[in-house]
This record gives sequence, C-alpha cells and structure tokens, in this order.
Amino acid sequence: MTSILALDPAWWQQTFLIKVPIGLLAVLLPAGTIVYLYLFKAISFMQSRLGPMEAGPYGSMQLLAEVGKWLQKEDIFPTKADKFVFAAAPFVVLMSTFLLVVIIPAGPDATFVDLDAGIYFAMAVSSVSVIGILMAGWSSANKYSLLGGIRAAGQLIAYELPLILAVVGVVIQAGTMNMQGIVLAQAEGEILGWGGIGNPFILTQFIGFVIFMIAVQAELTQAPFDMPVAESELVTGYLTEYSGIRFLLFFIGEFASAGVFSAIAAVLFFGGWYIPGIDPANDIFNIIGPLILAGKMMVIAFLIFWFRFTFPRFREDQLQRLAWKFLIPLSLANIALTGVLKVVL
Amino acid sequence: MVAQNVFFGIIALIMIYSALKVVTTKNVVHAALWLVALLAGVAGQFLLLGAEFVGVTQILVYIGAVVVLLLFGVMLTKASLGDEADLNMPNKTIPAVIATLMFGVMSYALIDTFRDAELPRESVTNAAAVSDSIFADYIVPFEAVSVLLLAALIGAVVVARKE
Repeated sequence: MTSILALDPAWWQQTFLIKVPIGLLAVLLPAGTIVYLYLFKAISFMQSRLGPMEAGPYGSMQLLAEVGKWLQKEDIFPTKADKFVFAAAPFVVLMSTFLLVVIIPAGPDATFVDLDAGIYFAMAVSSVSVIGILMAGWSSANKYSLLGGIRAAGQLIAYELPLILAVVGVVIQAGTMNMQGIVLAQAEGEILGWGGIGNPFILTQFIGFVIFMIAVQAELTQAPFDMPVAESELVTGYLTEYSGIRFLLFFIGEFASAGVFSAIAAVLFFGGWYIPGIDPANDIFNIIGPLILAGKMMVIAFLIFWFRFTFPRFREDQLQRLAWKFLIPLSLANIALTGVLKVVL
Repeated sequence: MVAQNVFFGIIALIMIYSALKVVTTKNVVHAALWLVALLAGVAGQFLLLGAEFVGVTQILVYIGAVVVLLLFGVMLTKASLGDEADLNMPNKTIPAVIATLMFGVMSYALIDTFRDAELPRESVTNAAAVSDSIFADYIVPFEAVSVLLLAALIGAVVVARKE
C-alpha cells in the first residue's frame, strides 16, 4: 500500500497514520452507502414509495440526520442490567467487524495484512461477534432480550458450519487460504483449458457460492433469517434495551458486516480486485483495484438486501432444519466433488 | 525480541488475572466471559510466537465454539444476574491438591522436554508447514483422533435422542 506512494514510513506510522484511518473508511463508507442506497432507497422503490426526500438532494443527507439524532439520545441503562457487560457488548460486535476488514486485499500491494491463512482468520474472527450478542441479550435483564440472544447464538452456530464448508471448496480449488492467492488463482486460472476470463469461482464453485450467500444472510441475521430480532415476537430481541449511541454501534456493526462479508464474497467468488484483460501484476490495479472491489461488493450487497426485502421470515425450526439437514450435507458433497474434480482435471 | 518478551509478560499477566477471576467471580456468566479473555490471551501468545495457524484455530475453536456453547447452555438453564452466594465450592482442599499436582507434572514435563532449547528467531509457521506435518509425520495419530471424535459425536446423538 505504501510502495505506490513512494514512501517508506516506520511500522507504527504505517499502522496508525495510514492503515487505521483507511480501515475505518473501508468499514464506514460502504456501511453508509449500503444504508442509504439499499435500506432507504431500494426498499422504498420496491414498495412503490419515494423513501427519504427532505434531507439534501434525494434525501442523501438523511443518514447524517439519523446519526445526529442517535447521538443526542439518552444512553439508557436498565436498572437491573449488568452495567459493564451491557456497555461492552456493542464494542465486541463492532470489533469483530473491524478485524474482518484487515484481510481483504484491494490490489496487488494494497493490503492491510497479507496473512498466510487469511480466509481462515476471517472465519475465526467473524465467530467472535456471537459472544457480543449473547452478552447483550443476557445483560439487558429482559426476557425478550435473552430469548433474542439465545436465538441469535443458535442460528450463528448452525450457519457458521455451511459458511466455513462452502469456503473450503474455494480453498481446495485455489490451493491456498491466502486471500491474495485466491484472487491470483482466479486471475490466472483456466476453465477446462480456456483462460479468456480467468477462472472466477462463481462459475466453477456455483454451489459453494449459493451456500455461502445463504449462510452469510443468516450470519448477518438479515431477513428471512431475522429470528433473533423478530419484532412481532420479541420486540427487537437482544437490541430491545439499547438506545442512543449503543444502538447506533449495533446498527453500524450490522451494515458494516454486510459490506465486509460482501467484499469477502467478492474476493472468493468474483476475483476480488481483478478484471479480465489486464495483467494481474500490473501496478494499475493498486489504483483501480479498490474501485473494482467496491463495485463487485455493492452488487453482492444488493443481492443480500434484495433477499432481505423480498422473503418472509423463517420459523425457528425451519431455520435450523435448513442449516443442519440441507446446507451442511450439500456443502460436504460440494467439498467431495471439488476434491475429486481437482485431482481428475 | 525484547518487544516480544515485554508483550509476552503483559499478556501473561492479563491471562493470570483472568484465570483467577474465572474461579473467584460469583457470577457464572462473568466466569465464562473471563474465560474468553483468558483464551484470547492464549491465542495472543501463539501469534506472538509466530504460530499463526494455531493462534487462529484457538480463536475459532475455543472462543467461537466452546465458550459460545458454554454460554448458550448456561443461559438456557440458569443465568441469574448479580452475585450468587453458593457458586464457589466450600471444600477447597482436594481441588488445591489436584491443582498443585497438575502444576508440578506440567512444569516438570515442559522443563524436562525443552531444557535449553531456543526458538528460532524468525519462525513463522505457515498453514502449509502445519498441514505437511499433520498429513505426513502425524497421519496415524491424526486419523485416530478423527475416529475418536466421530465416535463421540455419534455417541452424543444416541444419548440425546429420544425413542
């Protein structure tokens, strides 16, 4: 990342002056874009209404107004709540999101950290957010919150397995767990001897992609998998007692992880920062790579929100059955098939 | 190397404090959350030693799965807020003896095994090296453990299943 600017700062300068601000931007900017473009506008058009129109042109400043509103609200703690755990829970969830973004490569040299086991690290830190949700549900001293927290935990445990198993197919095909390596494997790969567009794994790992996106939808607790915050049954589940800035943190966490998971899906299945036609070693990718990745990310995020706005909510038992009896066997079969084809072809 | 030693000390202190809180706290959910801090410390130590794959596995398995299941179980049954008086065991002699014995055996085993062995300075073990050693040198123990886990899994299903 720094080599393109022809600078050679010390590691702490790199970390605190370059990587931390860019990391913050890389999490918050997509989150804000997703909220405005999809949550405010796309859903409105799907429901034949205009959505926010007053704040700024086409309501584009609505988000600033909302954040301002939340920041002013009182930070309420329930009397019987476990104060420290209640206060810390949103930060645990947000930390998990911020740790996810560090392994996403945006160009040949534009990486935060080029971990050898990159995608494995992503799967590991994404599972930490469950702890934050359980903390929030338990410490609120509210039955609805506790039920929401337990539902969330049950759901996240169930869908973590198909998520990881769907990634295994990609890892077998790429031959590496390194995110940069997965991008290059797609850029330099061939489909049955034809390398015109490389080998984007969306084509050769289509089953894996479908499983991955369903599991991501459930991990993000977006409808149709929004049992933990089912407002007609549980008020808003583990979020019930949260107000003001702490609710805002959960809200940012939800949409930032939607963006980050879309970016991971873009790297795993759509070739990340690469587009066919340019040599992947070309330095131009350090500049256009982040834009390409962001474009792919927004397309995948649109898929997530399209499903969110279209499908009605699952029942708890249907949700568990889908994970354990359908997705996990299917993803295991996908791994076996990928393994056989990898050796045969 | 000095920085690593300093951070080793800091993380070790946090781990010791968390471990003490796990056993002394009067709230069972707090104990589980202190356990998270302790296990995160273990992951940190692995990362500090350059064992990246093992450190990440520590987070995935222990924090992401074991403690989550623990919290899940505790919250499904009984997880009252605030302190519980009868949470700590009144009889402390036997646990103390067992803990001392464990400490002695493990310290002896560690010191006896490693003696003056030093870690190579620039040692980052990548995933490929780990998999090479698992699937070449340790293939038989690895398969044995896999079968054992499968047996445990099937056993759990059989025990939990109602006819």
